[in-house]
Amino acid sequence: MSEADVARLAPVRFRGRGFVLRPRWYGSLAAFVIIVALWQAAGSYGWVSPLFLPSPLAIVRALVALTLSGELVGHIAASAMRIGVGWVLGTAAGLAVGLAMGLWGLARSIGISVVSALFPIPKIALLPLLILWLGIGEPSKIATIALGVFFPTTIATYSGVDSVPRTLIRMAQSFDLPFAGIVRKIVIPAALPSILSGFRISASIALLLVVSAEMIGADRGIGAFVLQAGNLMQTDQLLAGVVVLSIFGLIVARLIGVLEARLLAWR
Amino acid sequence: MTIVVERVSHRFGSLDVVSDVSFDVNDNEIFAIVGPSGCGKSTLLSIVGGLIEPASGDVRVGGLSPDALNPITFVFQDFALLPWRSVAGNVQLPLEHRDLPRAEMQHLVKDALRRTGLTDFAEAYPKQLSGGMRQRVGIARALAVKPSILLMDEPLSALDGQTREILMEDLSGLLASTRLSALYVTHNLDEALRLADRIAVFSRRPGRLREIIDVPVARAERTMPDAGAELARLHGHLWSLIREEAIDAEREVAHV
Repeated sequence: MSEADVARLAPVRFRGRGFVLRPRWYGSLAAFVIIVALWQAAGSYGWVSPLFLPSPLAIVRALVALTLSGELVGHIAASAMRIGVGWVLGTAAGLAVGLAMGLWGLARSIGISVVSALFPIPKIALLPLLILWLGIGEPSKIATIALGVFFPTTIATYSGVDSVPRTLIRMAQSFDLPFAGIVRKIVIPAALPSILSGFRISASIALLLVVSAEMIGADRGIGAFVLQAGNLMQTDQLLAGVVVLSIFGLIVARLIGVLEARLLAWR
Repeated sequence: MTIVVERVSHRFGSLDVVSDVSFDVNDNEIFAIVGPSGCGKSTLLSIVGGLIEPASGDVRVGGLSPDALNPITFVFQDFALLPWRSVAGNVQLPLEHRDLPRAEMQHLVKDALRRTGLTDFAEAYPKQLSGGMRQRVGIARALAVKPSILLMDEPLSALDGQTREILMEDLSGLLASTRLSALYVTHNLDEALRLADRIAVFSRRPGRLREIIDVPVARAERTMPDAGAELARLHGHLWSLIREEAIDAEREVAHV
């Protein structure tokens, strides 16, 4: 074909544009800055009463004052202890029950019916009963958190164990690995991604429950502090408490992210 | 290292998958099982390897080497590697529960990696490897336990044509240099004709043994031009035995 002939042919129109997302790094930063600036302006120019929506600067001032007085640290320590103990207890029990449900038919039959029946109950509804059983002190709050953590951990562990590729287990059996060795070297590592994503869910449930439980029956803890500040119309302190909770949530998510990066590097 | 399969039958629910199969595999022999999809070849291999209990009949083995750490060893179609372990870690897995001194375990791993050309990849993870290299790890893991009987379940069928060719050469060399008996399940007639001393042809559902044919060309000479005519004749014969059923199997899959 001559060059003149080629020149007469129609060029193919490009049709593949769009539907490829390129995140812009400045987008999230700009959104954050604009929202905080508007919020500050609303306070500074008197568009909104500071009683109902204190400005970001007022919240920062409250945070600094609460930190310097040591009050905040006490509340954080009380909440962190309840979350820590409750989460560890609920997670340990959830891992054990979930593993048993994944490995043994009888445990699965019993576990599925019990878990399905109890999982949908909002655990905070059980707090009054737990207070009757365990008293108004720490055990009832810790038990509420542990219960809330137990179910999602059980389900994540059980479904993780259930989805371990059958062929890996057959491979291990073909090399005569003992049962405990198969569980330790095949089943648990293969179920780990599911278990860790269960941790994300259970950590956010623990945070939710600690605040709720502290609002019902505590004088220490971030939940109690936020409720008290609301009762006294100290909205700057109330929002300072909310900021602390948000930072707490971010730190926990980050910790789980680090754990995932460490344990699941092979993915 | 003899395998005797005696009147083995098996069913899954109401489906007969293997029906009254008997054959022997001799010492140092590579015995291929070919047949269309659904002829129960993989089930039969699992029965021989003790992973499935047959509904009736039995499998006996004899003359196992006292050195064998895992006398009856599988190589799997989908490699069955642990993605969270390195190549060396995967090869080491079947040795870890055998009370071996650490130095000996490391020696066995290194030796298996060397024989399969994986020495430079010892620290790599499965996801970093091509399909062919992954199956090399599967083969290295099997060799590390010094098996007397190797059961290979379509070991090359997950690989592309060129990789399959390369691995077939390697496997042929490894089988020639190692004293063991092997059962090699495949639906690929070329693989069977290249690697096996005898080939059992199975009919489909329920899997029955139709015919056992000898490959009268030494394994080392199969790639020589002189062998071409004989192998082509055998290929034609094997294909004539399974063609109709392979077409049926393919149509059934299309219906599902």
